Amino acid sequence: MWRRRSGGGGTQETSPREAHEAPQAPVRAEPAADLTIDALGRKCPIPIIMLAEQINSVSLGGVVAVLADDPAAFTDIPAWCRLKSHAHVDTYELPQGGWSIHVRRNY
Amino acid sequence: MPLRAAPVSVLTVAYLDAASTEPLHPAARDAFMAALEAGWADPARLYGTARRAQMLLDQARADVAEILGARPDEVSFTSSGTQAIHLGVLGTLQGRRRIGRRMVTGAVEHSSVLNAAAAHEREGGEVETAGVDITGRVDAGAFAAALSRPGTALACLQTANHEVGTLQPVPEAAEAAQAAGVPLLVDAAQSAGRLPVPGGWSVLTASAHKWGGPAGVGVLAIRKGTRWRSPYPEDEREHRRVPGFENVPAIVAAAAALRARAAEEAEEGPRLSALVERIRREVPRLVPDVEVIGDPVRRLAHLVTFSCLYVEGEALLTELDKSGFSISSGSSCTASTLRPSHVLEAMGVLTHGNVRVSLPRGVSESDVDRFLAVLPDVVRRIRSSLGVH
Repeated sequence: MWRRRSGGGGTQETSPREAHEAPQAPVRAEPAADLTIDALGRKCPIPIIMLAEQINSVSLGGVVAVLADDPAAFTDIPAWCRLKSHAHVDTYELPQGGWSIHVRRNY
Repeated sequence: MPLRAAPVSVLTVAYLDAASTEPLHPAARDAFMAALEAGWADPARLYGTARRAQMLLDQARADVAEILGARPDEVSFTSSGTQAIHLGVLGTLQGRRRIGRRMVTGAVEHSSVLNAAAAHEREGGEVETAGVDITGRVDAGAFAAALSRPGTALACLQTANHEVGTLQPVPEAAEAAQAAGVPLLVDAAQSAGRLPVPGGWSVLTASAHKWGGPAGVGVLAIRKGTRWRSPYPEDEREHRRVPGFENVPAIVAAAAALRARAAEEAEEGPRLSALVERIRREVPRLVPDVEVIGDPVRRLAHLVTFSCLYVEGEALLTELDKSGFSISSGSSCTASTLRPSHVLEAMGVLTHGNVRVSLPRGVSESDVDRFLAVLPDVVRRIRSSLGVH
């Protein structure tokens, strides 16, 4: 099956999904993040605005986890990382629906 | 007249949504009025007025066939581009049922293709979707490999993407399809009348209102020798391929628009392409945090899409509408379906704050000037309302 490409900023494809199905991320143990932003229930672009506002509150190389359940966030947070030269580390599915999307501050 | 002197009620609206529908071409209007007089009778009957309607229909068919690179007897008219795709996809799968039940499609095809594919899956068929790169272009090698797998009954590929304008590798796909003996359905909805149709198709679909014809006319061409069986009950019309009484005046108008539009393309195409190039260049310069998406070179002449960070797509369209721009967005569908555009998603680009500008024939340069003048402030105001400065 062909997979969509990742929008992640220079990171590896970690959360493939088929173009025509609901977004799915691998169910794996999620490592701890330096900061967690709860954007559950918020529509795009709000989760990304929250991320942009707070990414500088972790130290360089630190990881921010954005919790979001708007399907747009699944694509848009990795795309934001690419545009802003931060790194999309990984995306983890949340048991209650939505994702925890990990972003590393690069500068 | 200077804009500031004009009261709001007479503010000229710039129509920049040709990819949704192209305004009716003047040649189509004239042909339509004439055909309403001369072509109203049932073309299937044998008396004088009926034969006249049949003659008009035959002439329209011959014109459309010539411009799209088909034989007249291969061309049927449908009631829409969507119907042409549904019939093209399901009829070819039906006709090749004994060969296999696999269908191959690109990830960024029009929803009518993907919905037909979903219908096929519900009936127990298999669908393989070829992914796209960040410009929205289908990987030709992956597409070729997919359609070459045993049991493939049909492969579908658009000539150009309807949301981002990127041209698809149809010639490469056609070559692979021919080598594998698999029919290729080419969806030319966005390019017919603007670009020559690439050869090598077995099924070709198009939609008249995208080239300046009236709504309600689609084209379904099935290459001689392609197995095809209607998914509908038997009907005599349109070589037994499309049910129902033909809309002769609209078909005549569609053919007139296609002929006129194709003849104008040598002049209009480069003009529109230069305006699009200007938008592609200027928007990132004038507006911070914008990504222009789609292939910058291998693209439709008249279409450009960009996404603005930290902006809600609907708010952007509403504000642009207030400023006198009729414009569309790949992210606007989010409101109705709660899903972002499958095209932008498959490309891995921003799905929010998305604007698709598609220039109709004859668009004035001053409309583009005004768009570029208005956009930065509109985006700034929306961002500032969300606390982004």
